[in-house]
Amino acid sequence: MIKLIIRRLLFLVMVIWAASTITFFIPRISERNPVRERFAELARTGGFSPAAMEEIIAAYNTKFGLDKPLWGQYVDYVSSIARFDLGVSYNKYPKTVLELIMESLPWTITLLLVTTVLSFVIGNLLGAIAAWPRAPQWIRTVATPFILLQGVPPVVMGVLLLFFIGFRLKLAPLGGAYSTGVIPDWSSASFVWDVVHHQLLPALALLLGSVGGWVLSMRGMGVTIQGEDYVNFAEHKGLGGYTIFKDYYLRNALLPQVTGLALALGGVVTSAIVIESQFGLPGLGRVLDAAIRSNDFLVIYGVVLFVTIAVATLMVIMEFIYPLLDPRIRNE
Amino acid sequence: MTTVSLAQAEVLQPSRLTLSLRYLRRNKGLAIGLFILLLLVLFTVYGLATADLKHAYPVTVKNKQPPSLEFPLGTDFFGRDLYVAMVVGLKQTATIGILAGALGTLIGVVLGFISAYYGGWLDLIIKGICQILTPIPAFLIQVIIAGSLDKRDVTIYTMAFVVVLLAWMGPTLVIRAQVLTMKERQFVSVAKLSGMGDLGIIFSEILPNLLPFIAASFVNQVFYAVFASFYLAVLGLGPLREPLLGNIIWAAQAQSAFFNNWWWWPLAPAVALVLILGSLALINMGLDELANPRVRKTE
Repeated sequence: MIKLIIRRLLFLVMVIWAASTITFFIPRISERNPVRERFAELARTGGFSPAAMEEIIAAYNTKFGLDKPLWGQYVDYVSSIARFDLGVSYNKYPKTVLELIMESLPWTITLLLVTTVLSFVIGNLLGAIAAWPRAPQWIRTVATPFILLQGVPPVVMGVLLLFFIGFRLKLAPLGGAYSTGVIPDWSSASFVWDVVHHQLLPALALLLGSVGGWVLSMRGMGVTIQGEDYVNFAEHKGLGGYTIFKDYYLRNALLPQVTGLALALGGVVTSAIVIESQFGLPGLGRVLDAAIRSNDFLVIYGVVLFVTIAVATLMVIMEFIYPLLDPRIRNE
Repeated sequence: MTTVSLAQAEVLQPSRLTLSLRYLRRNKGLAIGLFILLLLVLFTVYGLATADLKHAYPVTVKNKQPPSLEFPLGTDFFGRDLYVAMVVGLKQTATIGILAGALGTLIGVVLGFISAYYGGWLDLIIKGICQILTPIPAFLIQVIIAGSLDKRDVTIYTMAFVVVLLAWMGPTLVIRAQVLTMKERQFVSVAKLSGMGDLGIIFSEILPNLLPFIAASFVNQVFYAVFASFYLAVLGLGPLREPLLGNIIWAAQAQSAFFNNWWWWPLAPAVALVLILGSLALINMGLDELANPRVRKTE
């Protein structure tokens, strides 16, 4: 067991190292120079002489260690990552990238947690029941549209929901975290409801885009498990339908789905980030969106690296949870 | 039981086409998927042949017009005819999808074969790289790559290239797994014993048997490439001047289209994308059934 843990942790370190190395080298291969671009922009609007600009750029390069050789910069970079130092934002100076991430993280985590848990539970239950031979027909009818929707990206779902529910029926706001002009006050119920109201459409978009995948894979899994001898045996023992469904069928079919959840994490986080930027929610998505629009490079790299590390870590943690769910692995 | 005896010559062997059509009737998902895809291709080809393609670019027609007889899908804030923009956008999406899909599958097939057939340290390295890269959300790395490029240089070809850079691991692992089982089969051993060379075995024994998997993997890759390039464009990282579907949604969001009552603007690309990805998903499921009889439906 200890050997396994060490191997997985080593793997995690490798993944993080690979991700940070990629985020270090790719921007440096390109010709773009963020410092120069920034000052060129300032020079256009503020009007200081190009000669002074060269001097300032040189000063900045020394300050941020950009005059060192590439390997020197790389060592600096890796050591600052190890200290969770992701640099500062050009645009919101003196805020650090980590501060920006931490401010927006609670929003993203709430949205992700609620939608992922809901879609996992609803999707797997629907899929399991749809494959169960004694299930009523209407459940299969309910499951079909979800399967058809699973290829639709949440962003497109967002556009369609905005049009039908937000624009036509006027049942939900068209974007933003809360109504304009409202002062944030988490102790007032009306403000909390306002926030929830604004989260409904983005959450629904994420949910509708992901439930179908679970329905589909769970239905396939369910069909396989029904043919297993232990299900047959349980039936012949005279166990009730509900007991067979819950303890013999669902429990075994769910195990691979947990692995599926770990594999789906990257995609789920990606979708949430794009949805947040689409709906103007104050999460990581909006931070990334604002950074892309204003060429705030360190923020782009910081957010990407942070999410990558978080996803990889979560995947490894889920692998450790897996033996707790599956006694066959635990005993090995 | 009555026995019916028929002379061999009397049995009419149905033609290949009727057989395929009969299969499509059983595999409804594949049939519907192919049908939608065909409609999209016809729409694009018809549009490319008849419309004035200049109108897909800004300031060529009257702006902010709702759908009408003159502009079936309306025009946007920048003065693009959205119908023509859809035609050009669909063509560009297809270019990115097919280019990135083919390239990703090709890399996957080559690496998967090398890894599985030759084994040893090559296998260890290729498998290791795939496994380390898999947990990294590819899209975020693509954001960095696309963000580091100079916006003026970004074309649909760079988009396809950016997508492919992090999309070959899936097909590599799939093909590798298939070759690993395939190379233990008896017909490969027979071929080996009869003195066939490595290349001969790969091309004439293993590859033909892998074709359904390669086809499924190609459709999968096209789906993924369309998806990834769309997401990049929605974040404003695409070639901004081109009427790519994601770009149109990005522009509509940036101009708050729904707040301003220009509801038709983001709707057209959204519906187009639902049709593209929906048809690809149906084809993918259908091919899965073809390649993998074990998941054939029992219903």
